[in-house]
Amino acid sequence: MSGAFVLGTYTLAQRELVRFFRQRNRVSGALLQPIIFWVLFGAGLNASFRPARGGDDYMVYFFPGILVMILLFTAIFATVSVIEDRREGFLQSVLVAPVPRGAMVLGKLLGGTALAVLQGLVFMLLGLTQGIGYSAATFGAVLGAMLLLAFALTGLGFIFAWRMESTQGFHAIITVLLLPMWLLSGAFFPADGTHPVLYAVMQLNPLTYGTALMRHAMYLDPARTAAPGVPGPALALGVSAGFALLTFALSYRIAGTRVAGDLQ
Amino acid sequence: MVSPLAAEALAPAASAPLPAVVVRGVTHRYGERIALDGVSFEVRPGEIFGLLGPNGSGKTTLFRLLSTLLGPQTGSISIQGFDAARETFAARRKIGVVFQAPSLDKKLTVLENLIHQGHLYGLGGADLKARADELLKRFGMADRAGERTEKLSGGQRRRVELAKGLLHRPEVLLLDEPSTGLDPGARRDLTAYLKDLSAKDGVTSLLTTHQMEEAEACDRLAILNQGQLVALDTPASLKAKIGGEVVTVTAGEPEALAKEIAEKFKLEVQALDGALRMEREDGHRLVAELGEAFPGRIETVRVGRPTLEDVFVRMTGRRFWEETKK
Repeated sequence: MSGAFVLGTYTLAQRELVRFFRQRNRVSGALLQPIIFWVLFGAGLNASFRPARGGDDYMVYFFPGILVMILLFTAIFATVSVIEDRREGFLQSVLVAPVPRGAMVLGKLLGGTALAVLQGLVFMLLGLTQGIGYSAATFGAVLGAMLLLAFALTGLGFIFAWRMESTQGFHAIITVLLLPMWLLSGAFFPADGTHPVLYAVMQLNPLTYGTALMRHAMYLDPARTAAPGVPGPALALGVSAGFALLTFALSYRIAGTRVAGDLQ
Repeated sequence: MVSPLAAEALAPAASAPLPAVVVRGVTHRYGERIALDGVSFEVRPGEIFGLLGPNGSGKTTLFRLLSTLLGPQTGSISIQGFDAARETFAARRKIGVVFQAPSLDKKLTVLENLIHQGHLYGLGGADLKARADELLKRFGMADRAGERTEKLSGGQRRRVELAKGLLHRPEVLLLDEPSTGLDPGARRDLTAYLKDLSAKDGVTSLLTTHQMEEAEACDRLAILNQGQLVALDTPASLKAKIGGEVVTVTAGEPEALAKEIAEKFKLEVQALDGALRMEREDGHRLVAELGEAFPGRIETVRVGRPTLEDVFVRMTGRRFWEETKK
């Protein structure tokens, strides 16, 4: 039983990677756009960026935020493949195979996580150009944070993608929900000094804790990364882990339902 | 709800081997709509069993239940002795499913598709590779193993689908409209494969179809209409149930003519898409009599031995036909 679980999870996750690298536009799209964001916003806002409390220049401030964006985009687009799998018919043969539902969900999520983390690693190299260095400890911490966040975000994408019949519908979700979620996570601007309502929204946003986790992991120096409105390392880790568990649980649950597309 | 026919299907044949598939009292609803209504039948091991039915007859729902894509609501389905609801995984290992819609990953090669499929069924390593090679050879696809499936023709894809369904050596093969999109040659090949599988490996095939030629090749046929099983027998016996010959008439005013023919000749007349069909022992004589009785009102007349199509029309064309006859 557990053998079938592991083999099923492995084969489905591995398939995600193979498919990804065979679609060149996906390879460039997921990584290139955030890099362009980073360079343009970073260069454009560097001069006017005056955090309430002083600190890093904008390119450096923005860096963990862009890392989170890469994870978000890659993870989300990885789960859009749920819609393609259904439309192209691949999903139906998985649904009647003797693999546990958990393996099907986990395979998808781990495949998406691996893709997101791989792209995150590529982006980390660019940090070196801005004087962001890594020790073995900070590298390990960032890697861990990326794995956790990518998993949570892939799960989030899965929940939306499962019931969706077209990829167009998914773009609406990205625009009205996922992009604002990222914008209001402290990735783009600090919560400190914003309007109280905005501040409260940011504190309720689970991704705020993910971005904070990434920020702390970059330096492993709470004195450097602590700021008003930025959750501390333990809280950031706890909420992010909870978020990951929650999205996985909901993905698992929703995958037990049959949608119209399965019954064509 | 149990029709005499269902009871007959349930009665075990003397000293018959264990059935490959048992469907008992299966009813399925989508909301208010009843898709299947108390369907029961058994499929014998090694036979090629056809499910014939028009759109909306419930055959697609039945296929989904058999393939375990849907869970049963009422009644039970067992495959090689495993209950589809309670022993789902054991049942799944016994069945190979070939869907009507393609299920191959287009970005993967033929072989990669088979390897992933094998993993999902708990196969792996050299055994899996050998089995995949063997099947590709059997279906004449060995030289395309490294090709991405998006580059294959419809017929080639269908063969890979078949190899995919057979990879884990299932004892029961389920095929949903397997001849859709195949040219007549490929269709005959498919029938030959299924017969070969039955003869060499004892594989039972259960397929849905609306192709008369394909239905003709089945050992036994079940005809579904509006969610109910209305006939179950060999193609020959089904045809024999229609006595004599079938006369089909087209006319300008089919409804009025149907009534008049029915009165004058004491016949059951079915009107279907503007054509009238009737059965009589001496159909050829009826042609002459019709011409005399209704001069100028008949456009074309056709007379022939009953085909499966006639059986199909008779069983499904009008729901209450059977009842009015009794």
